[in-house]
Amino acid sequence: MSALLSTPTLFGLTGAALVAIGLYGLIVQGDAVRRILAFNILGGGIFLLFGVIARRGAGAGFGGDPVPQAMVITGIVVAFSATALAVALVRRLQALPPEAEDGDEATAGASTEREAAS
Amino acid sequence: MSLIASVHASPLGLLLVLAVIVPLCGLAPLLLLKSRVAERAALVFLAAGLAIVCVLCFEVARSGAPLAYFLGGFKPPLGVGLRADGFSAFMLGVTAVVIVSAGLFAMTAPGADAPRMPLAFWMLLLGVWSALNLVYVADDLFALYVALELLTFAAVPLVCLDGRAKTLSAALQYLLFALFGSVLYLLGAALLYGTYGTLDIILLAQRAHGEPALLAALALMTAGMLAKAALFPLYLWLPAAHAGAPAAASAILSAVVIKAPIFLVVRFWYDIATPAQTAAVAPILAALGAGAVVLCGVFALRQARLKLLIAYSTAAQIGYLFLMFPLAAASAGAGAWGAIAWTGGALHLVSHALSKAAMFMAAGVIAETVGHDRIAQLSGIGRIVPISVFAFGLGGLSLMGLPPSGGFVAKVMLLTSAVQQGAWWIAIVILVGGLLAAGYVLRVLLPALQRPVAEVVPVPVARWREMVALALALGAVALGFVPLQPAAFLAIGRPASWEGAAP
Repeated sequence: MSALLSTPTLFGLTGAALVAIGLYGLIVQGDAVRRILAFNILGGGIFLLFGVIARRGAGAGFGGDPVPQAMVITGIVVAFSATALAVALVRRLQALPPEAEDGDEATAGASTEREAAS
Repeated sequence: MSLIASVHASPLGLLLVLAVIVPLCGLAPLLLLKSRVAERAALVFLAAGLAIVCVLCFEVARSGAPLAYFLGGFKPPLGVGLRADGFSAFMLGVTAVVIVSAGLFAMTAPGADAPRMPLAFWMLLLGVWSALNLVYVADDLFALYVALELLTFAAVPLVCLDGRAKTLSAALQYLLFALFGSVLYLLGAALLYGTYGTLDIILLAQRAHGEPALLAALALMTAGMLAKAALFPLYLWLPAAHAGAPAAASAILSAVVIKAPIFLVVRFWYDIATPAQTAAVAPILAALGAGAVVLCGVFALRQARLKLLIAYSTAAQIGYLFLMFPLAAASAGAGAWGAIAWTGGALHLVSHALSKAAMFMAAGVIAETVGHDRIAQLSGIGRIVPISVFAFGLGGLSLMGLPPSGGFVAKVMLLTSAVQQGAWWIAIVILVGGLLAAGYVLRVLLPALQRPVAEVVPVPVARWREMVALALALGAVALGFVPLQPAAFLAIGRPASWEGAAP
């Protein structure tokens, strides 16, 4: 296989394409769920790049490098939690009735400011 | 390997671990407690954290050398290093003061019937503190990634504690901007690891010699940090998020949370990048900073609500910190004048943290007392809550840069440096920003000191909560009396170009 189409190059280019698609979606899309998806595509591209770096072992100078793989695992866990938090916010937002736009929400804000917890 | 070999684990290096872990230890037990007890328990952890940070700062100042600790005893590149130089210790100290003050502000009076902050607030407060401390002491770019994500996850729910639709959508917006910043940071870290085979900041600085990959990676990471720091034009999430949160949470978000990414931008360009790269990028950062100072200042003038005004003012004041970059980057050629810019920037950072926390707390007290924060109807508020209005005014004094205040000294230093280096456009932006700040502070302050128009029935607010805001504002003013004291402390363990900060 030529150097141009070696596995790391192919994976690297795929990762770059995913990053581009995700970045575009995150900036252009207005809908929150679509932006969360775009964030996940972007993250997927970056994790793929980590895989390429691990395969090349370029930095450490040997065949396969386990450090980027360890980082990817952490990255995936973090991205998963971030997605869960974002989706929870979206769901809560959709469950609430739309707020009246009477400009008097300052009063509501002050009274709920120190909300009772018990 | 000379520099990393010279970094030894300090005898008191364990303090760095404790500074991160002690607030975190408070998180889980709080979950089991009722909110009344949780307040007291959180206070214990806040006091413990403050004591640790005090000892840590004292130790750095006494030994004149950075504290270092290697997790598990493995040195980088194998292990992860924690390190606190003068700048880190300085940030740790500022953060501790603001977080503990916010905790005191949010307390309920013993035996009082007043509604209290939800349990989640105390857990998130400790979580934010732990994440911030990790950002300031971690020396490994991946540990920093984890710290930034912890910070995001702790700070976002603080925005929507009351669960209203408006604050929920502000929190979602904040989360998406913060995640955007995080993935860009992670991409940059991946490139750095692929090129240099390490993520330790000191090792990176030794292995990097101005390659294009370094510039690309640092540019990506900086863009991510700018989204988290809400620098113009990525400030869109900040006003709604900071204005919608409860006052104590707003104070933390505005005063310390957005300073963590700025701290990292300083680390990238002064600890990792070569001076030539820094000099090339600094004008871009300064141009964005100038845009923030002028445009967000104008937006602040147009706000109808007090908390939104303060939030826009935060977006404007962040700009000053980025004006520092080209001035400090020129320190190789301009000698002490660049170092003055650096000290001025650090002073601006702490005086803004103190004054902005004070102003948000004062605005919170005002909103609780009269039931709203519409600026047009705040006429005569100075007679109802004089202490809070005084705290607001003192904080505003520092924002405007009037003597004697920390903001004044910081702006004079930046201005002197700009004039000495012939950077006239930066000088003009600093002056215009001061005028805009005067405009939006006086817009609130002048009517507040008038005779009240309508009779209002004030809701009593505990006196010490007002005193916390006043103490922070007085701290911001008092910084004006010790302008050059922090310079030597800040230079501890910094690269040589930062030393000799005193003129």
